[in-house]
Amino acid sequence: MSKLKRKMLSFTAFLMVLSLVLTACGGGDEAEPDTTGGEGDTATEGTGTPLERAYAGEYDGTKVTMFGPFTDADQVKFEESIKEFEETTGIDIQYEGSKEFEATISIRVEGGNPPDIADFPQPGLLATFANQGRVIDVSTFMDMEYLQNNYNQSWLDMASMQGPEGDIMAGIWNRSNVKSLVWYPKREFEAAGYEVPTTWDELIALSEQIVKDGDSPWAIGIESGAATGWVATDWVEDIMLRTTSPENYDKWVAGELPFTSDEVRTAVERMSDIWFNEDFVYGGRNAIVTTAFGDSPNPMFSDPPKAWFHRQGSFITSFFPEGSVPGEDYDWFALPSIDEQYGTPALVAGDIYAMFNDRPEVRAVMEFFTTGESIKSWIQSGGVVAPMNDADPEWYTTDVERRMAEFVQEAETLRFDGSDLMPGSVGAGTFWKGMTDYVSGAVDLEQALEEMEAGFNK
Amino acid sequence: MEALNKQETTSIPKLALISLLVFVGNLIVHSLIFIFLRDTPLNPALYAILAIIWGVFGVYSIYFTLNWVVEKYPTKIRARIQPYIFVGPAVLLLGWLLFLPTLRTFYLSLFGPNSTNFVGISNYIAVFTDRLLITALRNNLMWVVFGATACIVFGLLIAVLADRSNFEKTAKAIIFMPMAISMVAAGVIWKFIYFYQPGDEQIGLLNAIVVALGGSPQAWTSMLQPWNNLFLIIILIWMQTGFAMVLFSAALKGIPAELLEAARIDGANEFTIFFKIIIPYMMGTIISVSTTIIVFTLKIFDIIMVMTGGQYETDVVATQFYRQFFMYRNFGYGSTLAIVLLIAVIPVIILNLRQFRKQGGF
Repeated sequence: MSKLKRKMLSFTAFLMVLSLVLTACGGGDEAEPDTTGGEGDTATEGTGTPLERAYAGEYDGTKVTMFGPFTDADQVKFEESIKEFEETTGIDIQYEGSKEFEATISIRVEGGNPPDIADFPQPGLLATFANQGRVIDVSTFMDMEYLQNNYNQSWLDMASMQGPEGDIMAGIWNRSNVKSLVWYPKREFEAAGYEVPTTWDELIALSEQIVKDGDSPWAIGIESGAATGWVATDWVEDIMLRTTSPENYDKWVAGELPFTSDEVRTAVERMSDIWFNEDFVYGGRNAIVTTAFGDSPNPMFSDPPKAWFHRQGSFITSFFPEGSVPGEDYDWFALPSIDEQYGTPALVAGDIYAMFNDRPEVRAVMEFFTTGESIKSWIQSGGVVAPMNDADPEWYTTDVERRMAEFVQEAETLRFDGSDLMPGSVGAGTFWKGMTDYVSGAVDLEQALEEMEAGFNK
Repeated sequence: MEALNKQETTSIPKLALISLLVFVGNLIVHSLIFIFLRDTPLNPALYAILAIIWGVFGVYSIYFTLNWVVEKYPTKIRARIQPYIFVGPAVLLLGWLLFLPTLRTFYLSLFGPNSTNFVGISNYIAVFTDRLLITALRNNLMWVVFGATACIVFGLLIAVLADRSNFEKTAKAIIFMPMAISMVAAGVIWKFIYFYQPGDEQIGLLNAIVVALGGSPQAWTSMLQPWNNLFLIIILIWMQTGFAMVLFSAALKGIPAELLEAARIDGANEFTIFFKIIIPYMMGTIISVSTTIIVFTLKIFDIIMVMTGGQYETDVVATQFYRQFFMYRNFGYGSTLAIVLLIAVIPVIILNLRQFRKQGGF
């Protein structure tokens, strides 16, 4: 017994000595990166912008973590678009996608474990982090003159957000898409003798015609995990722009025009005219709330089509059945004008990349994302419109894609997706949930509007 | 007493010095190891190994050295201090990891969304007036009433019936099996069972059965409110009945055979035996199992998150908390919900502890 004890004692002593030796050897160096984002270069060697130095192979072997909402087909396209950059520079971009992005990014930032770069589809959510001073001001190392040359001023304005010490440039725009599109199965559409509607009345008349012919006109699905409901918000925004002035839309986004106002109510009611008409929607109301947004266009591609219209952003082409040919199997027309005085506005959305950790290689990757080159392969595979000016129009492989870029350029009214601009508690919160509750029949319209508005003044 | 004291006076300074040295020595050594591990960039695998080694042997060395010091104390004092030496670190750790965060959560619940402006109890008032939260509370009640009751009743029934069958082992194994599946995986499995798609073709099991019997397919978990909650509760029953059954079976086997035989000879029928002998005899187990399952259903989160994300009126307090705290970033409201959940669980826990104490667990 005492022998054992002695052994134990000596062993413990040995452990203590060992640990002392270990700690003595360990240099107490701060391995933490400097996250203050101050002026001046942290590195001493090399010249040029971070991107030029990355191309010179200076950051070979480093890792940059990225987190965003692209999953499935979109993730593949994203990985494809950064492959060349990774091979040239030797920087390993580790992308992780999540369908619960909105909630998870908050948890990671709160927990002090943010990714180096996060891809926000909602500037409103990013604004919350910028307010709290958690985001690095990219204007501290980006060449502003270059940015002004490469982006429309409105994009840059949308990237400017309020930080704790005044305005900062919270991120850079990488990929944008157009939302006011109605997709239809072109070949069958023409074979059936239907014509592309140019006004709302024509659209409704054609929908009724399709019902008479024994089909459902619309394919709609809003299920998207915890983000269920965003498809409905896009509809509301699109109809808002067509039934009231852009100024009112801006007020609504800023929280000055309440959800309970007539303008918003009218828009939602007009949407309901289509959505809640069991003949108009494939599968009826049940199908709307239960069908995943990515699966919802499928009925258009069955043979013969079971549904004919699908209103959705340009990215939806990633979810179309493999091998469907743009311009033959499918095409789009802009969601028609409702009130002549407001024309046919374009609703756009996009991804803003923000930076949480300031290291030279992260700067380089951020700079890379400001170049058209970074989404070239994505543009070529379709579904994306480039916000950068240095993206070559030749990259759009089909007319279907090129017409999107033209539609955005020519639109008299261009507005960004409202729910993405609203504060996260509304735009990624009560607006989504309220629409879902309303569509699934949990609440009536008045109650839904009040609850959506409640997200603002919390 | 006096004599004892005299004996020690000589060693008191020495003892005090040793105690201090050991205590401070421990503090310094482990802080140094911590700082070293924190600030040295190492290979992640090496980190893990070092941390485990330090965790295991570090804790051992702390206990060992402190105990060694206490052993040197006079018997009387030693008997008084020793228990605290052993239970102290655990209590401190729990205090730091559980009690302090609880206090902080309560503190946050008295503030607004950004934890800057004091709002008093208005968050608490809001919880009990807001439709969404009332729905969440209602659903939680549904989970407890339907879910927990069904688990206990079925568990008891199966335990008693299996006890008399020839294939008891097989039946129990099959019923117990879902316990081994994680909640999230169970959610995925049941998603396929409840799957609904518009059109003629139904690939979800339940809808396929309904259509085969001539019914019309339903969106089980999203429409049919509020009954869609019951379809989610079935998942819990499927998973937790096995747990209740196993414990009840064990208790059942503990009832003396002579007692049952005596009752039968006295002419009691099976129902009387079940209600008058078996149930009272197992009461302790029944209460323990019930309270465990009730606490579990009050905290239910993962099934709902996977199946519906809390949409379609299926929110419960835990999912609503997650939504408010992490998605809406409304920290005051989120913390309030956490506290409400804590308060709801407390009575059940107290009941549970009492039961344990009766059974000599404390």
